[in-house]
Amino acid sequence: MNVTLKVWRQSAGEKGRFERYEARNCNPNMSFLEMLDEVNEDLTNSGKEPIVFEHDCREGICGCCSLVINGEPHGPEYRVASCQTYMRSFKDGDVITIEPFRSKAFPVIKDLLVNRGAFDRIIQAGGFISVSTGSAPDANSIPVPKVSADLSMDAAACIGCGACVAACKNGAAMLFVSAKAAHLNLLPQGLAEKDRRVLAMVGTMDAEGFGSCSNTYACEAACPKGITVDFIAKLNRDYALASVRTKLLGTDVAA
Amino acid sequence: MGVSGVLLVAFLTVHMLGNLQIFLGAHALNSYAHFLKISPELLWGFRLAMLGIVAVHILAAIALTLENNGARPVDYLREKSAASYASRTMIVSGIIVALFIAYHLLHFTAHVTNPEFDLLLDEQAKPDVYGMVIAGFSNPLTVAIYLIGVLLLSWHLSHGVSSMFQSLGLRNRRSACLIDSAAYLYAVVIFAGMAAVPAAVYFKLIS
Ligand code: HEM
Ligand code: FES
Repeated sequence: MNVTLKVWRQSAGEKGRFERYEARNCNPNMSFLEMLDEVNEDLTNSGKEPIVFEHDCREGICGCCSLVINGEPHGPEYRVASCQTYMRSFKDGDVITIEPFRSKAFPVIKDLLVNRGAFDRIIQAGGFISVSTGSAPDANSIPVPKVSADLSMDAAACIGCGACVAACKNGAAMLFVSAKAAHLNLLPQGLAEKDRRVLAMVGTMDAEGFGSCSNTYACEAACPKGITVDFIAKLNRDYALASVRTKLLGTDVAA
Repeated sequence: MGVSGVLLVAFLTVHMLGNLQIFLGAHALNSYAHFLKISPELLWGFRLAMLGIVAVHILAAIALTLENNGARPVDYLREKSAASYASRTMIVSGIIVALFIAYHLLHFTAHVTNPEFDLLLDEQAKPDVYGMVIAGFSNPLTVAIYLIGVLLLSWHLSHGVSSMFQSLGLRNRRSACLIDSAAYLYAVVIFAGMAAVPAAVYFKLIS
C-alpha cells in the first residue's frame, strides 16, 4: 500500500511547518514506526535530514513513542501506543498527518520529538516513597487489602507517555499525575507521605505550565493503558483533604 | 468553579420550582413572590450573596480559560477529540448565559426594558408578578430570548453538573454512570421546567 505523509518538521528555535513525503509499498502488517524507518532510510539515502521521532521498546510499555496521528494522540486504535499502531489501520492512498504531542509544557526539541522532562520533575517532587533500603521485606509482612492492590495496579499501568496531555485541549496533566499519585497513595507503604506527595506533585504540575483540568475526559480516551478519570476525582479529593489538613490545621495524614 | 457551581445549581433548582407555581394560579405565585420580599435586609443580603457567587464563577471561568488557552500554544491541524462538544464550549455557553441573566434581571427585576411592569398591582395593591409574567411573555421576541437562554443554560449544565462532582472528588467508577445520567437528566428537567413558563404563556395555556 502507498500513503502520503504530512509530517511536522521543526528545528530548535524555528517555527515549524508540514512537509509531504510518500511512503511506497508498505506492508499492511508493518508497524507505523517501521513505515517511518523506511521513509527515513530513503531520506538518508538521498542526503536529506531524517524525521526525528522518539521510540524505544516498540512494544507499548516504555512510554517513549509520542506521535499524534491524524489529530489523535497515538493514532486511531483504541488503547494502543504509537508503536503498536500498524499500517493495516490505514487505507491505500490515505493522507496521514503526523504531529508532535502539543503542549506548552512539552516543548518541541526537533520534529516529532518533545521534551517531557516536566513529567520527571513531577515524579521527583513526590512520585516515590522514602524508605531505607535493606534486605527485601517478607512478602506479606504488610497486609494490603485486595481492592487497594488492584486499584493501585490499575494506576501503576501508566507508562508516562503524556498522551493525556497531548489529547487535552487545556494541556492538563491530571491523568498522569493522578495515576502516579494514586498508585502510591492507595498502598500502606505510600500512605505515610500521602499529603506531602499530593501537594508537591500538584504544585510542580502547576509550576511546569500544564493547564487546568476541565473534565472533558479526552485524556481517558487517548490513554494507551486505559487509565480512568476516576483517579482524577481521587486526586481532587486527596488534594482538598491534604490542603485542609496541611494548610489549615498544620498537620498531615501521618499526624 | 465546582463550589460556586453547586451553589448556582441549588439556586437554579429553587428558582425553577418557584417559577412553576405559576401553574397553580395567580394567588399562589404572587404570595410566593411577596413572601420572598418580606424583609428587604434578607432580600438584599441574598441578592448580594448570589452576585458574589456569580462573580466568583465568572472570574474563575475567565482565569481558567486564559490559563488553558495558553497551555497549548500550537493547535493540531485537524484535531479529533473524544471530548463532548458541551465540555469544550463551556466558556461560549457561559457567556451567552451571562448575557441572558443580565437581560432577565433588567426585564423582570429592574423593569428597565418594560417600565410599565411597575404599575401592575394585584387586588391587595402589591406587585402583580403573575400579571407581569403573562404580559412579559406575550412578546414573541422575549419568549425566543428566554428559550435560547435556558437552552444554553441546560447545555452548560449537561457538562457542568457531572463535572462539578468530578472536581470536588465525589465521583468514582461505581457512581460515575449514575452521576452522569442524573446530571444529564437534571439538565433536561431544568430546560423543561424553565421553558415551560414562557411557552405556556405564549401559547395561551395560562393567561
Ligand atoms: C454567568 C455566566 C456563566 C459563565 C461565564 C460560566 C462559565 C463557566 C465556565 C467557563 C466553566 C468551566 C468550564 C470548564 O470546565 O471548562 C463553568 C463551569 C460550570 N458552570 Fe458555569 N458559567 C456561567 C453561568 C452558570 C450558571 C448560571 C450555572 C448554574 C446555575 C453554572 C453552572 C456551572 C457548573 C455546575 C460548572 C462546573 C463546575 C466544575 O467543573 O466543577 N454556570 N462555567
Ligand atoms: S516505543 Fe515504548 S511504548 Fe511505544
